This record gives sequence, C-alpha cells and structure tokens, in this order.
Amino acid sequence: MIRRKNNQPKINTSALPDIIFMLLFFLMVVTVLRDQQVGVKFSVPDADQVQKLENQSLITNIYIGRPLDPARGNTPLIQINDAFIYRENLNQAVRQQTANDFRHQSDRAITVLKVDREVPMGLVNDVKTALRKAKRLKVSYIANSGKTF
Amino acid sequence: MKRKINTRQSNEVNAGSMADIAFLLLIFFLVTTTIINDQGIMVKLPPYEDMVVPPPPIPNRNILSVKLNKENALLVESENLDISQLKETTKNFILNPTGSDQLARSPKQAVVSLQNDRETSYKAYIAVYNELKAAYEELWDTRSLQVYGKDYKHLALKEQRDIRNQIPQIISEAEPTNF
Repeated sequence: MIRRKNNQPKINTSALPDIIFMLLFFLMVVTVLRDQQVGVKFSVPDADQVQKLENQSLITNIYIGRPLDPARGNTPLIQINDAFIYRENLNQAVRQQTANDFRHQSDRAITVLKVDREVPMGLVNDVKTALRKAKRLKVSYIANSGKTF
Repeated sequence: MKRKINTRQSNEVNAGSMADIAFLLLIFFLVTTTIINDQGIMVKLPPYEDMVVPPPPIPNRNILSVKLNKENALLVESENLDISQLKETTKNFILNPTGSDQLARSPKQAVVSLQNDRETSYKAYIAVYNELKAAYEELWDTRSLQVYGKDYKHLALKEQRDIRNQIPQIISEAEPTNF
C-alpha cells in the first residue's frame, strides 16, 4: 500500500497552456480596446425601442455632458471622439471629424450620441443640425433598455 | 577523442511556465478590455436645406402636433397629456378606426410633428421619441400579422418595406422654440 502511494501518476498539464491561450484569443477577438478618453460625465436615459449597434468600426462617438474636470466649468460640453468642441465651431468640427476618416464616408456610418439625461435639448439640437449639414444622417441615441416612465 | 553523443539528453523545451505566461496575458486582457454593448434608438435625420422651403399645405387633421415645453410638460393637439397615454393617442390618430374627421385621413397621410424647447431635458425628449417610435412599431406588428401572419421583425426585407409603405413613419421635427 505504501509503495502505491509513491507511484501516484502526475496529472498531465501540457495541454493547460493551450486551453488558456484559447480563452485568451477568444477574449482578444470579442473585445474592442477603448481608445478614447471620455472627459464628460454622462448617464444615458432609458428607452425600450433600442437596437444594438452592429458595426463598431463605422462609428463616430459624440459625448455630451458635464465635464469631469472641474477646471472646465460646470456647463455641458460636447466631445467628439477625443476632442472638446465649443458651440461656435461646432459645424466646422463635425465636418472635419467626419471628413478625416475615410471609413466614415460610407452611408452606413453611424454617429452615436451619448448624451446625459439632464442636458438641455438646445445643445443636442445644435449637434443634430451640424450633423445634417455634414450629411451624416444616421444617428443613434444611446439609451439603457428599460421603462421610460 | 570522439565525443560521445548523449542520446539521453532531452531536447524538449520546458513548457511548464507557459501556462503561467498565458494566464498573465489573459488576466491583462480581462482587466483592460470592456465588452461594448451599446444600444440606441436609430434615427435618420432629414437632409439640411439652406433655403427654407415652405412645406406643402397639409390639412390640419393629418397632423398630430406633439410639443414639449421647457418644464418637460407634454402638449398633444394643444391639450395636456400624460406620457403614458401618448402611444395609444398616436396609434389612434394614425389608424383612425372610428373614421373621425379630427384624426388622420389615412395612415399614409398621417404626420407626427414634434417640437421641443431648447430647455427641454434630453431625457424627456427621448421618452417622447421612444413612445412615438413604439406606436409605429406596434402598428407595423399588427399590420404584418394581418397581412403575412408573422411578426414584423420576422418578415423578409421586401415585406418589411411593403408594411412600411402602408404605414410610413413620418415624424417631423420642427426647430426648437426658445423662450
């Protein structure tokens, strides 16, 4: 009996790295690295008519909310991709942001509006008008799926 | 002097720490990535016109005017309305099952006109837009059940287009008021 204990076979762990690598590759494929630093606070409203966004690569993000950095004041700011935009040069900025990127020339390009629920509509409307002028007509208002009232 | 070839020496690379390295990478990716599951209300904006073209005259009965003021109060056809009733009101306006001469003549002619104030909160606007969209979605669903016996989302693209032609979604957004 004692001899048998010494002979206990080792578990073969040579396939372990393969399994872990498989998990790793799975994660690498399904995730998108976040390449933007969001500088505004936003908590999106609720809605139940939401659709999933299919193509992550054809998206331009526009964030509207109060700035995270108190040095920038307390009024809602617009951030397009990585840059803060002021209302005076909104039209120009939207046109630039959309013209720079060849992927966004396509009609399938979607502008994603991530807007805080307390932001006044006037600001959102300015962005909408700028998008219409830049011929970026497909827009998605990001919302949490849930009851609206 | 001939060197003895040591046949017993193994040529295998020690792969024992491979799992550790893989784990390390795995944990790094787990921590740094976020799975994006953004969902949103899809909207097609109207093209921008430099010249303000006067809209073709639409009889008043074919327009459902929905207004949101700066206190986020809802006004439908100049009457206060709770948002929970907006969907039914809209559906009733579009279909006009009783043939009233105050509601839309036909679903094809029905126009929903949405106007908000510059001070309206985004949350209230989304809630209203969501209800208007829901009204159309429900109408499409009932119509496609009548015509094709299937839910709208299970129809082929051509059939969906057909349903959308029968009940076109016309939500017209006016420039916001500014008080």
